[in-house]
Amino acid sequence: MIEAEVIVLGGGIVGASAALMLARKGKRVVLVERDFCGSHSSGVNYGGVRRQGRPLHQLPLSQRAHQLWADLPALIGIDGEYVRSGHLKLARSQADLEALHRYADSVRGFGLGLQLLDYAELRARFAWVGDVAVGASLCPEDGHANPRLVSPAFARAAKQSGAQVFEQAEVTWIEHDGRLFQVHCANGLRLQAPWLLNCAGAWAGTVAAQFGESVPITSAHPAMLVTEPLPVVMNVSTGVEGGGIYARQVARGNCILGGGRGFALGPRQARPGQAAVLEILRNAGELYPFLKGAQAIRTWSGTEGYLPDHEPVIGPSSTTPGLLHGFGFAGAGFQLGPAVGEALAEIVCNGASRQPIEAFSICRFQA
Amino acid sequence: MKPVVIVGAGPAGIRAAQTLLHHGVIPCMVDESLRGGGQIYRRQPANFRRSARQLYGFEAHKAEAVHRTMDELAPLIDYRPETLVWNAEDGRLDMLSDGRADSLEYSKVIVATGATDRILPVPGWTLPGVYSLGAAQIALKYQGCAIGERVAFCGSGPLLYLVAYQYAKAGANVVAVLDSAPFSAQCRALPALLGQPTTLAKGVYYRAWLAAHGIPVHQGATLTQIDGEQRVSAIRWGESALECDAVAFAHALRSETQLADLLGCEFVWNALNRAWLPQRDAAGRSSIDSVYLAGDGAGIMGADAAQMAGERAALAVLEDLGIAIDQRRSVVLEQQLAGIQRFRHGLETAFPFPEQWARQAPDELILCRCEEVSVGEVRAVVDQGHWELNRVKAHCRVGMGRCQGRMCGLAAAEIVAERSGRGIENVGRLRGQAPIKPLPFGVELEP
Repeated sequence: MIEAEVIVLGGGIVGASAALMLARKGKRVVLVERDFCGSHSSGVNYGGVRRQGRPLHQLPLSQRAHQLWADLPALIGIDGEYVRSGHLKLARSQADLEALHRYADSVRGFGLGLQLLDYAELRARFAWVGDVAVGASLCPEDGHANPRLVSPAFARAAKQSGAQVFEQAEVTWIEHDGRLFQVHCANGLRLQAPWLLNCAGAWAGTVAAQFGESVPITSAHPAMLVTEPLPVVMNVSTGVEGGGIYARQVARGNCILGGGRGFALGPRQARPGQAAVLEILRNAGELYPFLKGAQAIRTWSGTEGYLPDHEPVIGPSSTTPGLLHGFGFAGAGFQLGPAVGEALAEIVCNGASRQPIEAFSICRFQA
Repeated sequence: MKPVVIVGAGPAGIRAAQTLLHHGVIPCMVDESLRGGGQIYRRQPANFRRSARQLYGFEAHKAEAVHRTMDELAPLIDYRPETLVWNAEDGRLDMLSDGRADSLEYSKVIVATGATDRILPVPGWTLPGVYSLGAAQIALKYQGCAIGERVAFCGSGPLLYLVAYQYAKAGANVVAVLDSAPFSAQCRALPALLGQPTTLAKGVYYRAWLAAHGIPVHQGATLTQIDGEQRVSAIRWGESALECDAVAFAHALRSETQLADLLGCEFVWNALNRAWLPQRDAAGRSSIDSVYLAGDGAGIMGADAAQMAGERAALAVLEDLGIAIDQRRSVVLEQQLAGIQRFRHGLETAFPFPEQWARQAPDELILCRCEEVSVGEVRAVVDQGHWELNRVKAHCRVGMGRCQGRMCGLAAAEIVAERSGRGIENVGRLRGQAPIKPLPFGVELEP
């Protein structure tokens, strides 16, 4: 039996960040991960590190995350291929461009530094963008990183800071006696602590339900693909207003594209699906004409948790003292992750998070 | 009605198609090549005029029989050459042909995807002038080209001697054959090899022919280095070195299993092949109801076995469709396949896997040529505590490139196993991901 102050369920970027922050504050923290740390959606997502486009109430957390990302090597020991390339959100119609203008107006107080580009300005600055785009909004300090490297590095950093990290430890049993949580794992691991952090991603609903606060969480699976290395053309990460194909290019030259949905192969594995892959291959050319003649060498997907309002659940349980939630990021948790981990750690250490998180309370699902 | 689909027009696929047709079932046959025949009986372009004897030697009659069968079948079945199956999903095969994507629903599918060389990299292996044994053989059989003026053949396995012999017979200058297997291993293997005396005799003949023609054959000689600046200039082994301008090397063959993986087949560790293979019963039934496996794509047994397995799998398909078959034929085929399997054990004794390779591979050796990942980089990831192959891939890109690990995956697993101290069967296997081979942007859809 391991007695700790905090048990974290889930070694994705949220759980691992929480474990890291707690360990740095001297807490005895144990992280348990069913598979491998950073092997699910934290590690296989698109890799966007983006504030632009987020709903307003996510921006305080997102801005805090932006500060944390700024010093990534000091936090996790690697640069994780993180670059502040800028994030360019493209508009395909005047109506979409107007929507980008309205968004820019609404976030003016948050310091995102958005720059709106009309058709001519877009061509002048990003000549490689396809003619179908009529304008864009640029967030110069947003960027992208390699999730395969970044997310596992949070868990490694947590371990180096003193957290105990157990992989391939599937939780089979949890109980709360009013004061302490007992956690049993299939591999025989036994844990006990007064705090339990539910950061189990798409699988977190089971834990919430056990404590009498079911949430209508569903899983979704992004369709992603990567090209062979190409001459470096893209100098920003891109997305499209209203959804569609998003793309970035890494220093090595590979372009990473996402768009559409895949399907679950089983409870833990997903594939992008041929329909989504073909859609990307057929339609990418109009936004990214330089991809003509390039080849996609690999596709993949992952398992992401979605709540009906596409907002995460962050904060204390409404039923059980000591239980905190941090899950359901609707495919947009990679950038936020470190700040969410920090907010959860602050609740444990100080009783409250410095960033406002009330909008993400689990109470919003209670009738 | 949904067709029975055969993927691969090599010896297994062709025999399967013939068997189905003979029982009144018209199959659809999908193959990447322009002309059916597979790799071992690879056909030359239509306007080339070398004789079967020149191209296939002792195997000429077998090759001709397979080709004749293919030619007879082609107009009678739904034959789709130059078509890549790049994915399988939801009872359909996703295909690409001439820049157009299409999908094909199947009632049953026989996977006969064949094999490629098993490559264990050595320093210099990415130099121009270095080929796999299979590629060297295809250059000769298909286009009538040698890979160089002075060619060295290295590695191990039956193909080593066959290709060296074919090159020398065709008039190429074969400077040496380096077999990493010691002669003693081949003596030990004799009892098992005697089970297939004709095949054994051919192997003995190739070697004797090479010796009689003054071609140096070094046994127990492990290639350690390929020298060269712009292209190959020499090979090294032990204390020896030899000038040459081309090298063909491989350590036997590996099964092409990605399609079986995408189809959802269970995989099991196979010690004889030293690989994870889709599970199949003696008839070729996989763990998935509608999926059947035949030929080298489900475990290396050679072309003769592939034909038998293709026929046997087709009989299983027919039986499962409720069509009467000759049960005695099934029994005979299974017995013959079991005999070849015993022989296969003998071959593995004669040409053992070089277990010391992973230990001896230098850190700076490029392991994954697509992503330019060195052995040292893989070891560094293992030293951080990673041992599961997909996790190692995630951390250092090994197997992540254009070939999707088909070239480097097995070697990477060996490095991970050796460094982590786990058995090779305990480091997992690279998960199959679509596309099986690269897909172009701008692909059009069949209406």
